Amino acid sequence: MTEQTQSSIPVGTRRAQLAEFWFYFKENRGAVIALVVFTLILLSAIFAQFLSPHAPDMQYRDALLAPPLTDTAHGHFWLGTDAVGRDILARLLFGARYSLFVGFFVVVLALSAGVILGLVAGWFGGWIDTVIMRVMDVILAFPSLLLALVFVAVLGPGLINAMIAIAIVYQPHFARLTRAAVLSEKNRDYVMAAQVAGARNTRLMFRTVLPNCLAPLIVQGTLSFSNAILDVAALGFLGMGAQPPTPEWGTMLSEAREFILRAWWVVTFPGLAILITVLAINLMGDGLRDALDPKLKRS
Amino acid sequence: MKLRSMLLAGAAAVAMTAGAAGAKTLVYCSEASPEGFDPAPYTSGTTFDASSHPVYDQLVEFKPGTTEVEPGLAKSWDISDDGLTYTFHLRPGVKFHSVQGFTPTRDFNADDVVFSFDRQADKNNPYYQYAPGISYEYYNAMDLPKILKSVEKVDDMTVKFTLNEPNAPFLADLAMDFASIMSKEYTDKLASEGKEAELNNVPVGTGPFEFVAYQKDAVIRYKANPDYFKGKAPIDDLIFAITPDPAVRMQKLQAGECQIMPYPTPADIDALKADPNLKVEEQPGLNVAYLAYNTKMAPFDNPKVRKALNMSINKQAIIDAVFQGAGQVAKNPIPPTMWGYNKDIKDDSYDPEAAKKMLADAGVKDLTMNIWAMPVQRPYMPNARRTAELMQSDLAKVGVTANIVSYEWGEYLEKSKDPNRNGAVILGWTGDNGDPDNFLGVLLSCAGAETGANRAFWCDKDFNDLINKAKQVSDQSERAKLYEQAQVVFKEQAPWDTLAHSTVFMPMSKKVTGYVMSPLGGHDFYGVDISE
Amino acid sequence: MIRFFIGKILWLIPTLIGITIVAFGFVRVLPGDPVLLMAGEHGLTPERHAELAAALGFDRPIWQQYLEFVWKVLHGDLGNSLVTHRPVLHEFFTLFPATLELGICAMFLAIVIGVPVGVLAAIRRGSWFDQISMGAALVGYSMPIFWWGLLLIILFSGVLHWTPVSGRISLMYYFPNGTNFMIWDAIASGQKGALTSALSHLVLPAIVLATIPLAVIARQTRSAMLEVLGEDYVRTARAKGMPPRRVIGVHALRNAMIPVITTIGLQVGMLMAGAILTETIFSWPGIGKWMVDSISRRDYPSVQGGLLLIAVIVMLVNLIVDLLYGLINPRIRHR
Repeated sequence: MTEQTQSSIPVGTRRAQLAEFWFYFKENRGAVIALVVFTLILLSAIFAQFLSPHAPDMQYRDALLAPPLTDTAHGHFWLGTDAVGRDILARLLFGARYSLFVGFFVVVLALSAGVILGLVAGWFGGWIDTVIMRVMDVILAFPSLLLALVFVAVLGPGLINAMIAIAIVYQPHFARLTRAAVLSEKNRDYVMAAQVAGARNTRLMFRTVLPNCLAPLIVQGTLSFSNAILDVAALGFLGMGAQPPTPEWGTMLSEAREFILRAWWVVTFPGLAILITVLAINLMGDGLRDALDPKLKRS
Repeated sequence: MKLRSMLLAGAAAVAMTAGAAGAKTLVYCSEASPEGFDPAPYTSGTTFDASSHPVYDQLVEFKPGTTEVEPGLAKSWDISDDGLTYTFHLRPGVKFHSVQGFTPTRDFNADDVVFSFDRQADKNNPYYQYAPGISYEYYNAMDLPKILKSVEKVDDMTVKFTLNEPNAPFLADLAMDFASIMSKEYTDKLASEGKEAELNNVPVGTGPFEFVAYQKDAVIRYKANPDYFKGKAPIDDLIFAITPDPAVRMQKLQAGECQIMPYPTPADIDALKADPNLKVEEQPGLNVAYLAYNTKMAPFDNPKVRKALNMSINKQAIIDAVFQGAGQVAKNPIPPTMWGYNKDIKDDSYDPEAAKKMLADAGVKDLTMNIWAMPVQRPYMPNARRTAELMQSDLAKVGVTANIVSYEWGEYLEKSKDPNRNGAVILGWTGDNGDPDNFLGVLLSCAGAETGANRAFWCDKDFNDLINKAKQVSDQSERAKLYEQAQVVFKEQAPWDTLAHSTVFMPMSKKVTGYVMSPLGGHDFYGVDISE
Repeated sequence: MIRFFIGKILWLIPTLIGITIVAFGFVRVLPGDPVLLMAGEHGLTPERHAELAAALGFDRPIWQQYLEFVWKVLHGDLGNSLVTHRPVLHEFFTLFPATLELGICAMFLAIVIGVPVGVLAAIRRGSWFDQISMGAALVGYSMPIFWWGLLLIILFSGVLHWTPVSGRISLMYYFPNGTNFMIWDAIASGQKGALTSALSHLVLPAIVLATIPLAVIARQTRSAMLEVLGEDYVRTARAKGMPPRRVIGVHALRNAMIPVITTIGLQVGMLMAGAILTETIFSWPGIGKWMVDSISRRDYPSVQGGLLLIAVIVMLVNLIVDLLYGLINPRIRHR
């Protein structure tokens, strides 16, 4: 990725900054479409209980593995039913909540932990910096999914544990970014000035330096958001993520694997849901990066 | 198109194997990698399929397709009147296999038998722990350290076993996989070279197939033993293609990449049966899946409550949704194929209304309980989570709130043994030797309630007396009567909800002939042939 | 130059120590008990359990166990698997060629397709080729590969019967003294059809594993190219009338490759994560599947040894990339 070169901008012009951001963002047609799709997914997750034709845990014992578009006495099954007769559409709609929540939670957790560690390491330097960054190196030395897998095995399988595990393996990226940004900002005039004026360390770190390295963090955040959804689904697929009957998409896929040849719909739709959601987020991420990164804007 | 034909050639290559050089090859798509090739330290059927079944023999063997004991490496035996001494007369002229680095110089004899048991019993035997972590769990699980007093060589062709107490199932125990006979000459040679651990990598036995090679997690190769004492196997080469995913196994079978496979997904049975090139053999499994209440804890200490809960669970729905029809509702704790099964027992019918009333009569309302669902798939239970979900929804209909809990498998087994356990636990059992004592004695005795093997912690004097008596008597029909009575007591007291006996399916190519399914669940390929 | 190399290598030592702590520490806090797993439904008596735990050394203080672990690791001993009772190091290197072969082929696919696509997309910025290929790259980048693998199996093996379902080579080929690099073994054996068979088994897993690196490399190449094409020296070269093909070939491509190489290096770690899923789906007998199995079987020494070896391998690859980077880009060295 390109280095962050955005220089400090006085706080007063933030509104203008936002307007500029929107100007560039809406230039990117894909990103705007993705934003619409994402909003739809978000809305359907929020209003799942009103949109969904069935309850996600309602078992229709006489309609096991009904194919899509089946009409029964219980109503229409748009995307068919699973092995215990639950409506797949309903489970996907409710499942959207889990996936979005997972992505959001992981980003918040990884971001806050990573930013604090990065700020501390970059600002204080010395042995604190060395220790923190060495620990980050160790975490990064392991493939993320493998480390998350072992973490979850330690904590016990489950959605919350899977999220914590993934947040832990993601946060070094935020720590590294923040530290790099702090190092480049630290010796600039405005920080020096504030320091001379007697501002405290914590205040300086959070109020002055942090806002100026937001752009790369936002880009990394979107990236983590989509990766987290993928990784939690992968953990669910390996049986280490959310546990059934939770309608989490990856878990649904892993439950459906035995029907791969007999009932294609139980395998296809959860995967498609994951793909569409992740794709939308990544497209938005591209738009965000284009809008936030002045270097690419120029070319 | 070029690519397509190239790939096709690759896929078709296997089909040609069978015809190559006139050698007959049987490819078995097995479900997992064996843990090793010494059967005694392990307990999984996968390991037995790859070690004891093809490579080794036992003193006595289960007659194919039954749980009857017939002569194996022992051609005959005498049992003393007090039931304490078993004298085995060994079969002469039986040869061990040759492998790279070892050629036997003598035939099988009494030393081999004594060694095979000594190494599991005697802490001072160099093979008692010949690799880090080796231990003989089956020998212990069958209680042999307690039952077996000594194994002695009388002469080269005679071995005497002495017991501490009469034990009717003992002879069947000797037909089990852990009792496989090793070559003492081979193990001595390994020991002299300091390579004891090789016993678990390269097995040398007397069985129908000789071990050739193992490619970890991929392929095991065997060739027919020309000197096998029952005659050479009809096939020349036996290959295990290790394929953990059942859907993939099925596809390989359909593509002709293998000729026979175990454990199809129940959901695929219909498709397999419809395939014109395949046939599917089936047999009731020697197993039971159950839900064990904690009978030490209120309100589950009340048999009426247990019965009411049993009546509120729709077992047929579990058979349909979890077993996909590949099983039958269980009414007794032993499977119907076993002798001593009481077929006159009437199962508690599924009746939520009556159950609701019984609960109310027992003064139980707003009951909240845990259902333990195991995290793994077992032969007797394809998907415990799904079973628990079904139960949860059934129990809700009679006003019982059920929470599903689960632990890592090892933890699950251990925690469910705690008498203070909160909740009913889903578990099951697969028969080891076809004896009812192997179910009732292990799973429901008062001794088991102490150790926790009896997950219901149910200790009923009448029941316990019946099964203890049955263990001491040697006449089978008399034993059967006692077990039938015991099942009546069991049903009245309802410490479990007996859920299901699974059906075992074995899909294979129509060209495969002579395959006999074992009621014990093992897979044996001696006697199998491939027609052209 | 040499100082730069030595510095880089010394820098790894604290990370290495950290890795041993993580590998060891994790495994010690894993819940569950391998001894109990072995006994299954049959269970163990408490005395027998204590006996077995002692035999495996689980009853000693944790720091003692750690020091012993490090001591043994330094002597090339990673302990024995609790399941197979064979040395972990031996198990690992028996299976490693399978993963390496798959990884190399996937990386080969990713580079051979990804780089040209990226270059072309950059040169023809905004064209339909650019839009379609970058759209596809984004889809690939967003792909849940475990699902993608299942779809490919359904289509190519299940419906079309073009490829074999799983395994590494047809069972009729057997190389007793093989290296377990199946393609190499197939060529070395000289048997007719062996190579075709090995390749037909490899193609689907390699495609699945290559999906994400391919997408990343294509995108990265494109943006690196775009950046370079905007630089002064390229413009100068163009202005001087150098033919466009030469401009791209000589100046742009070489400079654009620097960040791309870093990306490729970073993908190696990702590849290992992808191998876990790919190998699980295709029953590929490699390290990824072995790790998943070992974790679920609570095979402590295998999990611990596997974590350690994988981390060291990823680290070494990153080191090599770093050094290469230093060779290509002299600016870094002198900083």
